[in-house]
Amino acid sequence: MAFPAWMSALNRKLLRDLWHIRGQAVAIALVMACGVGMYVMSSGMLVSLDQTRQAYYERYRFADVVAPVKRAPQTLEARIANLPGVRQVETRIRSGALLDVDGVDAPITGQLMSIPEFPQPHINDLVLRQGRYIDAQREDEVLVLEAFAQAHSLKPGDSLHAVLNGTRKRLHIAGVVLSPEFVYAISPGDIVPDPGRFGVLWMGREALAHAFDLDGAFNEALIQTMRHANEQALIDRLDALLEPYGAPGAYGRDQQISDQFLSNEIDQLRTMAHVLPPIFLLVAGFLLHVVLSRLIDTEREQIGLLKAFGYGPMELARHYLRMTGVIALAGTALGMLMGLWLGHGMATLYMAYFKFPFLSFHMPPSVLLISLLVSIAVAALGTLVAIRRVMKLQPAVAMVPPAPADYSHTGQWLNRMAGWLDQPSRMIVRHLQRWPARAAMTTLGIAMAMGLLIGSSFSLDASRYMVDVSFNVIDRQDITVSFVEPRSGRVLHDLRALPGVIAAEPFRAAAVTLSHGRHQRRQAILGLDPEAQLSRVVDSTLNPVMLPEHGIAVSDKLAELLQVTLGDELQIAVHEGRRPVIRLPVSRIVESYIGTTAVLRLDQLNRLLGEDNAVSGAYLMIDQAHTQALYDHLKNTPAVAGLALQGAAQTAFNELMQQSLGTFVFFNTLFAGLIAVGVVYNSARVSLSERGRELASLRVLGLTRAEVSFILLGELALLTLLALPLGAALGYALAWSMVQSLDTDLFRIPLIIYPSTYGYAVVVVVVAALASGLLVRRRIDRLDLIAVLKTRE
Amino acid sequence: MQSSASPDTQLAFQIRGLSKVYGQGDTQVHALRGVDLDIPRGELVVLLGPSGSGKSTLLNILGGLDEPSTGSVHFADQELTAFDDRHLTRYRRDHVGFVFQFYNLIPSLTAWENVSLVTEIARNPMTPDAALELVGLGSRKHHFPAQLSGGEQQRVAIARAIAKQPTLLLCDEPTGALDSNTGIVVLDAIARANRELDTTTLVITHNAGIAAMADRVLQMADGAIQDNRINPSPCDAASLSW
Repeated sequence: MAFPAWMSALNRKLLRDLWHIRGQAVAIALVMACGVGMYVMSSGMLVSLDQTRQAYYERYRFADVVAPVKRAPQTLEARIANLPGVRQVETRIRSGALLDVDGVDAPITGQLMSIPEFPQPHINDLVLRQGRYIDAQREDEVLVLEAFAQAHSLKPGDSLHAVLNGTRKRLHIAGVVLSPEFVYAISPGDIVPDPGRFGVLWMGREALAHAFDLDGAFNEALIQTMRHANEQALIDRLDALLEPYGAPGAYGRDQQISDQFLSNEIDQLRTMAHVLPPIFLLVAGFLLHVVLSRLIDTEREQIGLLKAFGYGPMELARHYLRMTGVIALAGTALGMLMGLWLGHGMATLYMAYFKFPFLSFHMPPSVLLISLLVSIAVAALGTLVAIRRVMKLQPAVAMVPPAPADYSHTGQWLNRMAGWLDQPSRMIVRHLQRWPARAAMTTLGIAMAMGLLIGSSFSLDASRYMVDVSFNVIDRQDITVSFVEPRSGRVLHDLRALPGVIAAEPFRAAAVTLSHGRHQRRQAILGLDPEAQLSRVVDSTLNPVMLPEHGIAVSDKLAELLQVTLGDELQIAVHEGRRPVIRLPVSRIVESYIGTTAVLRLDQLNRLLGEDNAVSGAYLMIDQAHTQALYDHLKNTPAVAGLALQGAAQTAFNELMQQSLGTFVFFNTLFAGLIAVGVVYNSARVSLSERGRELASLRVLGLTRAEVSFILLGELALLTLLALPLGAALGYALAWSMVQSLDTDLFRIPLIIYPSTYGYAVVVVVVAALASGLLVRRRIDRLDLIAVLKTRE
Repeated sequence: MQSSASPDTQLAFQIRGLSKVYGQGDTQVHALRGVDLDIPRGELVVLLGPSGSGKSTLLNILGGLDEPSTGSVHFADQELTAFDDRHLTRYRRDHVGFVFQFYNLIPSLTAWENVSLVTEIARNPMTPDAALELVGLGSRKHHFPAQLSGGEQQRVAIARAIAKQPTLLLCDEPTGALDSNTGIVVLDAIARANRELDTTTLVITHNAGIAAMADRVLQMADGAIQDNRINPSPCDAASLSW
């Protein structure tokens, strides 16, 4: 190696030493790079997503509070505007509608929103992506949400049909838009977005008011608040003001479904940024410790010599710190590049689900600075013990070779079981006993690789399980039909008479506020047929639950939020009809992974609402051979506001899994594999360096390569084997902590890890260990048998 | 593995035209230059010579650790120089006992276990206890290397080397790291093994005084054998001094 003349001898030594341990240095730098890369990617993505959301909401004036009503006179707008804390208010008409796109069999659930004919909305403004804004002179023009337009290849100039308040109407597409309200466009009740099955349309206010008989009235008020307004106080005032107009209750952004999903994603990124990278850095720190300790052992005499020449302890400490510093810096730099690259890839991936007009991956300098400082700190900590030894070493002592390792204190039990252990196996056991801390750390390192793989892959299992339970245990219907307005239960007879309908079961949903003490929650309660076979209520063991005669069943998450247990009384304030306030005991705790559930018997709910057998919709089981005829009927049924197809939802979920699965599994495997290789390879190399002479002596004595390899690799195989159960336990613990941190109102992720996930993790770790073993095995094969005769250690 | 020549079966080794060249071009080093040598069975041979004279290279080739550049070595009726790596390992395992200057004991195994390391894989070994008795260490067999003195460690190494009842015992500076009293005890152990097990024994040393106990003394210089002399009356190790 040629060096520039100015380079000091010590630095030349440094570079040569680094070159000498390059394999190990690269392995450590890669483990470090993974940690830094993951941190940079998730932190950067977190910041990018958060800032983009903020900028988008600000530029397009996303509503802070939404106040839906049944019907309120337009004159009320001025009174809302005068409420304290309101910056601006805009009213609109919003309604569900069935959409019919040429060439698509099933009717599509749609939402229609009114917009001013001119100018564009003051609140919840739209991003025009294609075409133009609606023409004030034309009543049949609409703007269409981009994801929906893309799913059906709709463009400006095309048309589609919608059933508006019972009247089928042809609508012409003027433009294609994005909306801050639908960053994550998901139909209520769905798990993943299915852009083709959920259409959002914007239409002129006049035209929509005509269609829904809401001239001079509105059914939703959008409000932007002043900077420091008290949102809850405003919501309370709005509720009081709007109560006579059938208001189910105003809500803030935290209850807005698209924003909830977005916040959920940001929370997940935060977990990812704070839970996973430390594992990599911990492992990297340990590896640095092991490698540097060994290097210092081999250079003991050199260190003594340098001290004898007059190099001070600080100079030598700096020398070795510089060495680990180079590795740490290389790892950090690589990690930053990796994080940037992954971040850009992830931003592209996000754009497929989160529809922002712009989303650029942006890495704030603070993220870079933090990763740099943390990596340096980890490197320094990892090398601290070894460097203290360098500083303490007395020159005279250092130049005398270290005494042979003393194994005489390694338990007598080994001697007692001498009969069944051959000498090479004893060497393995004694070596492990002699260096228990290192063996434990190696085991822990391998276990961490496996734990990481399980802990990050478990979310796939959990999602699959959730979907399986939702589709095959709880909601077994094929179609959910919801009506524009609650209708008489007699409508079920009509539904059952439709072609292809095998069974129909009713449900009634009502907007309520549930309270218990000072805990309260605004949500829907559901009335179900106690004999229901399609959409069922199940307990924690997934067995169907018979709804109690009296009382309400709540999901465990809701029970937790409201701090209620069996037998406690819940106050239920209904926000529709005659708005009764009633009290019911909690008579059952049930299982639900998606959202929070409050269920009671349909007849009981009807009684409480003062209604005679009203239903909001129905669950249908259908004969797949007659779907076309059924769809044709439903498309022309004015009462139907929405249609959810279980099959399509399941397909959408499976597609999402298919698309992200490959990438996800690839990176998890890569990361876990790198940790396992880093740990096993480094341990093997350090062992080989310590015991090379011993092993070469054995080769001279006539042991074969395989026999000698067994002594070194058998030890690692044993540690890897020990690491497997520990890794499974760590994976479970990691998954548990993820479940805790991802527990939101939107989802409750079950702690489900399938045996195949454990199996895959075992395979990845074992293959990584084997590969590292083979790399080192090549070196064992090339041991210098002659040198060993002549050299003293 | 029969050779084309018909080797003398009374000989342990028949060496012909043995050369070893390390490196290439300007940096070439001739470690051995055409050595011809016959070593009869059961002899105790002492190799003398300055550093770089080729002693160790010769020993390494005879021990199956190194290969010559040219020439042949016959071991009994087999041509050693035609062996591949697997056969060389087999050869070392079945026939050769090594004693190193720095003992090279396995620190994680006791004296007894260090010996059984070899007896477990040998064809016709004596018991580890017998081997340790032979070197006078029967009472120290459960000690680890770290608990033994240098001379004791070297005697364990000899016990380990002879326990398989090797045809050939190769000792490279066995007393190099020891004081003279300890060295004599070690040499006595080697001589006993040679005598009682009829093991052909090669001892490399810088120490000319040791030559007095040999059946044959080889003087090497510059990669060749300068002198090959038979000692008509070898003395006991105990009577040596340096």
